[in-house]
Amino acid sequence: MDNLMLIWDSLPALLKGMLVTLQLTFAFLGLGFLVGISIAFGQVYGNKLIKTVISVYEKIFRAIPALVLLFLFYFGAAFIGIKLSAFISACLAMGLRSSAYQSQIFRGAIQSVGKEQMMASRSIGMSQFKSIIYVILPQILRLSIPSWTNEFAIVLKDTSLVYALGITEMLRQGRYIIARTYGNSLLIYITAAVIYFILVFAGSKFFGLLEKKFKIPGYETKEEKEGVRAV
Amino acid sequence: MLSNPPILLLKNIHKSYGTEEVLKGVSFELNKGETKVLIGPSGTGKSTLLRCINQLTPPDQGEVWLNGTELTDSKVDINKARQQMGMVFQHFNLFAHLDALNNVKLGLTKVKGMNEEEAKSKAIEELERVGLSTQASSYPAQLSGGQQQRVGIARALAMDPKLMLFDEPTSALDPELIGEVLEVMIDLAEAGMTMLVVTHEMGFARSVCDEIIFLENGKIVEQGSPRQFFESPEHKRTQGFLDKISELYGGAER
Amino acid sequence: MSLLELAWDILPSLLKATTVTLELTGISIAIGLILGILLALGRLYGNKPIYALATAYVEFIRGTPLLVQLFIFYFGLPSIGINISPFFSALAAFSLNSGAYQAEYFRGAIQSIKGGQMLAARSIGMSRFKGIVFIVIPQALRLVIPSWSNELIYLVKYSSLAYMVQVPELMARGKIIASRNFRTFEVFLVVAFIYLIVVLILSKILDLVEEKVKIPGLGT
Repeated sequence: MDNLMLIWDSLPALLKGMLVTLQLTFAFLGLGFLVGISIAFGQVYGNKLIKTVISVYEKIFRAIPALVLLFLFYFGAAFIGIKLSAFISACLAMGLRSSAYQSQIFRGAIQSVGKEQMMASRSIGMSQFKSIIYVILPQILRLSIPSWTNEFAIVLKDTSLVYALGITEMLRQGRYIIARTYGNSLLIYITAAVIYFILVFAGSKFFGLLEKKFKIPGYETKEEKEGVRAV
Repeated sequence: MLSNPPILLLKNIHKSYGTEEVLKGVSFELNKGETKVLIGPSGTGKSTLLRCINQLTPPDQGEVWLNGTELTDSKVDINKARQQMGMVFQHFNLFAHLDALNNVKLGLTKVKGMNEEEAKSKAIEELERVGLSTQASSYPAQLSGGQQQRVGIARALAMDPKLMLFDEPTSALDPELIGEVLEVMIDLAEAGMTMLVVTHEMGFARSVCDEIIFLENGKIVEQGSPRQFFESPEHKRTQGFLDKISELYGGAER
Repeated sequence: MSLLELAWDILPSLLKATTVTLELTGISIAIGLILGILLALGRLYGNKPIYALATAYVEFIRGTPLLVQLFIFYFGLPSIGINISPFFSALAAFSLNSGAYQAEYFRGAIQSIKGGQMLAARSIGMSRFKGIVFIVIPQALRLVIPSWSNELIYLVKYSSLAYMVQVPELMARGKIIASRNFRTFEVFLVVAFIYLIVVLILSKILDLVEEKVKIPGLGT
């Protein structure tokens, strides 16, 4: 009973933290999307120099742990004499990190759409830019939804890492509650975990609906697999 | 029971998938050394019938007897019984991670419990029998369809089966590769193996088998010797089917 | 002191801590591997309760942040009287987490094996169990290598989270050094560089392994 009360009492603070968590998620994903899709096109259609620069960028952001990136941006800004809030540094670090993963998703989609679509649109007199906007982009956005859903879940969960920079997102709110009430920390953290789970679950469901809604009729080939469960 | 029971005896086999009844009471027998060919339109339950025999798909009703033992009896050790019935698949189903030799050898060591040495020489022997001893260390993906199917046959033969079941063994093959597989099958039949073959190769049926069984809509429509079958089929349906087949696969002339 | 001199100065200490990072990662991935295979088999071949249990576990772990799981082990368990050291909390959290992800990779790999493989195994008299052991798992292990490599790289990076519960790994060591010389940014540049090198070397090794166990003729 006491435990239930504790959870109930901690909910307002946790939900306040959840709003920050959601803000962070949107900011990270948004920046990651804009940069990611741009460099994906750069990777496919750019010249050799552009391709090399982008692939080094991707390698670096994918190889360095998120926590280290957070510190590098936060302390790095101060190092070169710029004052950045923890929130902005976090957005830069995690947003650019996500861009390195999102660019791979979009690149895969661009390549699977294939040269033929580009040739067809060029053949009716569209510029390369127009072809990208009207023909390639609408297709790759649809194709990318499943992998993008995955990236959404990763980014959402990784917002918890900004705890290390002192941003009061959900996990830190939980920590504060425990410090304030000397409450059962196991219970508080499990409550936080359940909220994360609901967010991830709801988000994935939402994107699943989006995927269904924007499916190109007849485009996806049905997979016929017997699977080893059959026997 | 007679002192010499048939190798295979099917009694009234029924099988449904959901509401669709695929087999509606099929019975026949196969004696030692006989080769019988099962023909019929696609989707008529031929493959299902083969799988009902070795219980990969247990029938809903009816009995399967192998050499005087009832396989549909739940007390039977089916893994033991299956060793006596070699099966050859339409799509070969070679173990993708093993080379030809190990494909044949695996059952010998892991099922029969043979030691490495013995199993290896037995496997080589079987590969020789299908003319593939030089390809022993090739992996399935490195072999042609015809070669893969011959390895499939060798794998089944290695278990020393009393009966061989062939499930459209040549229908996934390019035309120029069909011959090499049929040759192996003809040799086998002539060497006295008991065989049940689902196939559209009427040439094979005509020249090798003892009896043709025509299955349609889950029932045996007609069965008889190749001669009777091709020269004076009793049923109109049979005649119609034979005409269609010879159109598609090039007739039954030798 | 230039960045290079600083790097030279702190490198030995950081490399020593890197061994803790690798140890933590190595043990976690190994425990996760066994757990992952069991969970995948449970989801594919298990009866209803086993299937439900394995599925719930995998979904919950994958739906919650690793940091929260780590906090549950380190800060949470003491409130019900269970105290474990920082290293073992991290080990427990990472292994259990990785097990859930590896389970999904294995499930995917097993499902991509054609049904005919098991049929063929059963047709020569193998039991279902033998079919799984001799046919399904050897093929699944090969198929899973690319995603498994990713998982290992992920785990190397996420092992930095152990710093938050005072495990003396690479990240924590960097923080300690920085708190003494106040050159936080530069210290973490060196830390980042070490992670980069470790990740690059591991990827190379895993590529070689994949090449080595590839089934001839299959795939490109």
